[in-house]
Amino acid sequence: MKPRTIIDKIWNEHAVRAEAGKPNLMYVDLHMVHEVTSPQAFEGLRLSGRPVRRPDLTFATMDHNVPTLNRESITDAISKKQIDTLFDNCKEFGVELADIHSPNNGIVHIIGPELGLTQPGKTIVCGDSHTSTHGAFGALAFGIGTSEVEHVLATQTLWQSPPKTMEVHVDGRLGTGVTAKDIILSIIAKFGVDFGSGYVLEYTGEAIRGLTMEERMTICNMSIEAGARAGLISPDQVTFDYLKDRRFVPEGAEFDEKVEQWRQLATDEGAEYDERVVIPADEIEPMVTWGTNPSQGVGIHGTVPYPEDGKSATEKKVIKTSLDYMALEPGTKITDIHVQHVFLGSCTNARIGDLREAAKIIRGNKVADGIRAMVVPGSQQVKMQAEEEGLDQVFKEAGFEWRDSGCSMCLGMNPDFVPEGERCASTSNRNFEGRQGKGARTHLVSPAMAAGAAIYGHFVDVRKLDQTVSS
Amino acid sequence: MEALTVHEGNTAVLERANVDTDQIIPKQFLKRVERTGFGQFLFFDWRFKSDGEEDPSFELNYPSAANASILIADHNFGSGSSREHAPWALQDYGFRVIIAPSYSDIFYNNCVKNGILPVRLPEDQVYELMQNGNDKEYHLTVDLQNQQISDKDADFQATFEIDPYWKEMLLNGWDEISITLQYEEDIEAYEKRVKV
Repeated sequence: MKPRTIIDKIWNEHAVRAEAGKPNLMYVDLHMVHEVTSPQAFEGLRLSGRPVRRPDLTFATMDHNVPTLNRESITDAISKKQIDTLFDNCKEFGVELADIHSPNNGIVHIIGPELGLTQPGKTIVCGDSHTSTHGAFGALAFGIGTSEVEHVLATQTLWQSPPKTMEVHVDGRLGTGVTAKDIILSIIAKFGVDFGSGYVLEYTGEAIRGLTMEERMTICNMSIEAGARAGLISPDQVTFDYLKDRRFVPEGAEFDEKVEQWRQLATDEGAEYDERVVIPADEIEPMVTWGTNPSQGVGIHGTVPYPEDGKSATEKKVIKTSLDYMALEPGTKITDIHVQHVFLGSCTNARIGDLREAAKIIRGNKVADGIRAMVVPGSQQVKMQAEEEGLDQVFKEAGFEWRDSGCSMCLGMNPDFVPEGERCASTSNRNFEGRQGKGARTHLVSPAMAAGAAIYGHFVDVRKLDQTVSS
Repeated sequence: MEALTVHEGNTAVLERANVDTDQIIPKQFLKRVERTGFGQFLFFDWRFKSDGEEDPSFELNYPSAANASILIADHNFGSGSSREHAPWALQDYGFRVIIAPSYSDIFYNNCVKNGILPVRLPEDQVYELMQNGNDKEYHLTVDLQNQQISDKDADFQATFEIDPYWKEMLLNGWDEISITLQYEEDIEAYEKRVKV
């Protein structure tokens, strides 16, 4: 048989109907639902008298609107209505919901893997562009709009044109102190904010194999920031070890059988992709974005570019507009950029491993004067685990606020936002204009780099820090 | 969904690349549980000054863009968040057609499912349209059946590509779920076969 990629294998396995020249009707194995992009979909079902076809393959959580302080008393009436609407819809249509009181509540892309709902070979969708996160397990996972949410609720399928495939090969070994976030920010900086448009990306190479599941999730999470439909990583022993004993994963002999099937999914030796790009791992440094899209990033020892550095008239204009919004002078050293806020959170970087990495740098230090720093764990499970390890104390003693879980300041739909004109070192995924608040200026970084910025008040090369900093 | 066959209308030119859905409809307006009424919030942070007045320097507020129903934009339009509130807002404001060199995949799908036609044209043609419509009213006729765009004097003429499946959906204004449910037997057979 011709060698195949994991993408081709999952695709073929899920085609309910495949006619030449038409989109295929694809079966969906797991549909994750949250409060912002689902109310109009449930309303559509109600109006047409349709049930949810497979409530057992549907799982809901509340995350975008949830306050991270006093989470059970939502004061914003419209937010509360959206939360209440999801609660009522799940009850009416028989969908399991990790509501605000549940110990399983958290950001949709954090709880899916945590509960073992996310598994290799599955097709996974959610009305949220960061659904690509689940690709870390060797699943084909992508974000959809609300019309498609309704379509999946009603039919458990979607019409999709077969994707093009692209291998993103991270060649060689990563330098010490360089993280998954730096890999994905470097890939997007190198190849551009829409290089993945129309493709499903598969990340390969020694540097990727050496990552934990949580780190792989950070990479796949930001595939959408490269414009890709999805991004994934072939499953291996690291994947299987992570999944063992999680709630929705089979146990005993059935688990062993599953693992054997999952092993077969990995891309075959010699399989061909439609496109291939390579980035040498040893050129990747800790990254900081300076602009208003995720490709506008540079290594910690770099400088803010000049508009004239743009390769085309359009790009020159894009750089100019970004610098105006960010209030940055061309030629400024990245290490000279001072911030007023530090946000450690989001579906990109708020897992227990992220908190541990940041805590290593924070331990025994203090947040610099004039900085508001905040930790928002990705889920209530992550929060409890961190508290068990005493990480909350490390952060609190340093001057961080320690919050409940949610999407929080990544997009500022709940009460957490960055005030106009102020600057934030953020472990989230988007530095768009106004993303963290109207007029807010976002610099995307890894958890370690965010921790360094919190202590020094400006960006620093965390590879060169001693364990304890006198400030 | 409203069918779209031939559309004639004024254009608005947005000479910006990578316009993301956070700009098209900022997050503070995503809390509604309805599909309607989002037009008033379209491009909110660009369209209005902090005192709530319209910002005359924003392209959609130019007199030449009055009553525009065709939006011309640069590369990678609609990137970022999957929020369908973006096409809902564009449509509610009055747009039926968008013309750009490229779109984000999710945004493109969200448009066609709401009866908005996203036309892909080569960069040089889009830039020509931008020149033509930049500072004056500029009307275009978009013929989906024949996949053609032209202006009044036929100075500009172009053809465009579109997936035949989406074309048929838009031309007929079909509800996709009803179509899919005609294949319910196939879905059931699939579920039995793979034991899902």
